Amino acid sequence: MSVLVLIEHDNSEVKASTLNTVTAATQLGSDVHGLVVGNDCAEVASAAAKISGISKILSVDSSEYKFGLVENVAPVVKDIASGYSHVLAPASTFGKNLLPRVAAMLDVQQVSDISEIVSEDTFIRPIYAGNALARVRSTDSVKLITVRTTTFDAAIEDSGSSAPVEELSAMGDEQLSSFVKHDLTRSERPELTTANIVISGGRGMQSGENFIMLERIADKLGAAVGASRAAVDAGYVPNDYQVGQTGKVVAPDLYMAVGISGAIQHLAGMKDSKVIVAINKDEEAPIFQVADIGWVADLFTAIPELESALD
Amino acid sequence: MKVIVPVKRVIDANIKVRVRMDGSGVELNNVKMSMNPFCEIAVEESIRFKEAGKADEIIVVAAGPQQSQETLRNGLAMGADRGILIQTDVDLEPLAIAKLLKAVVEREQPGIVLMGKQAVDNDNNQTGQMLSAMLNWSLGTFVSKIEVEDDGFNVVREVDGGLETVRLSRPSVITVDLRLNEPRYASLPNIMKARRKEIEVLTPDDLGIDVTPRVTVLEVTEPPARNAGVRVQSAEELIDKLKNEAKVL
Repeated sequence: MSVLVLIEHDNSEVKASTLNTVTAATQLGSDVHGLVVGNDCAEVASAAAKISGISKILSVDSSEYKFGLVENVAPVVKDIASGYSHVLAPASTFGKNLLPRVAAMLDVQQVSDISEIVSEDTFIRPIYAGNALARVRSTDSVKLITVRTTTFDAAIEDSGSSAPVEELSAMGDEQLSSFVKHDLTRSERPELTTANIVISGGRGMQSGENFIMLERIADKLGAAVGASRAAVDAGYVPNDYQVGQTGKVVAPDLYMAVGISGAIQHLAGMKDSKVIVAINKDEEAPIFQVADIGWVADLFTAIPELESALD
Repeated sequence: MKVIVPVKRVIDANIKVRVRMDGSGVELNNVKMSMNPFCEIAVEESIRFKEAGKADEIIVVAAGPQQSQETLRNGLAMGADRGILIQTDVDLEPLAIAKLLKAVVEREQPGIVLMGKQAVDNDNNQTGQMLSAMLNWSLGTFVSKIEVEDDGFNVVREVDGGLETVRLSRPSVITVDLRLNEPRYASLPNIMKARRKEIEVLTPDDLGIDVTPRVTVLEVTEPPARNAGVRVQSAEELIDKLKNEAKVL
């Protein structure tokens, strides 16, 4: 049986989360197909066809899919899913939004956010904010799965060859919802979930302006900037900076937590990082219990010191 | 407009869970249980709808063991009007919960089902999406702002790249994110009043729903522990360790 991967994209580019999902798919079967649902998305289909491990791309290109409205996209996936043993999507807001809607249409109990594939029906997934790992077996005939992208390597983006692209027909607008607008954060820095280095600030940053200190270090290191829930709730930075149980999950080579106390909900989003550095003036802060390198210091003196030491 | 708010009883979000030695799950005995934090946000929003004259009745619905009545009472004390408990000792999966909720929705005919985006026990993030599919209703997930209009809802969604605004037709299933509101505490008079509010108790059989699990939990284990490492005293020392020992710079 073949495995289907739902390609995450914005009608012009394949999102990096797709590459990790393809790797997970190749662990389940040798015949991996990708599904692109969008509008004016021919470039996405041809880029996806080059991903190492993909043997065929299915593409549905029509105006009702332009903004990825789940009410319109889910019937497309449902229609072809029964021809596959597994349907995989990244556990990003794209996959989390879409795949359960498809699962219910197929009467399948989805397996969310898997971190490891044990066999074709058995998976490991974190529960309770990553404080426990559950080994679970699915009994459904088609298995619908979202993939924790940080625990699977990225597939090679350009394998040098191109899989065939097959066009599918569109299924129409369900007219249940309509797109109004996007307010997307623009940044020249690497994406939080794929960056090799992440520097995050917490409540201790005290203001949005103070995040400029972290941005300057990030730019020296080629790092992404993240935040704890407290810093986002306080309005210092936008919601898409949030790392944690309910925000983004990151696992960079280096994670620097600045002015972050280390609530379990935050640790859930970063504790698989290779090296964790914590800078906090409170030496009792729980973040130090998971940090490989801890520096008890006032961040308002430590961060400028770090910046000049990096020159 | 009638509002249905599903609520789940979970281990309190501030408690560090312990994995049972025999690998059968996490320890639930003698552990403080509370309403899932995301469900609290959904209850709060429904009460704000009512205070603004946009909702006339709020029904909180729980599916689970008998003790879930406490969770319903908590929602009633916050301001919901009545409760429905679908009582079962089966460890319910999102698909089964969505089917139970669908049966309740078909009976009650609400204009909106407002619910948490995920429960902090199993972190599945599925039930609202599934319910919306079963009803063929519009769906708004990870919502941090809701405007109620006569024939629909304008919602702001927290997505990976930032924010997205969509318009949803009514009726709709909307799952809420952390920044939608700050839930209120129930006052003592309201806690007393909530004791007299009605809770209807049903079973999955009453609703004709098969809740047999599809996914078997084989084992629950502790994740590999991270240990505290070394302390440094200066930026130079930190950079030296990152370059020469950790080799990540």
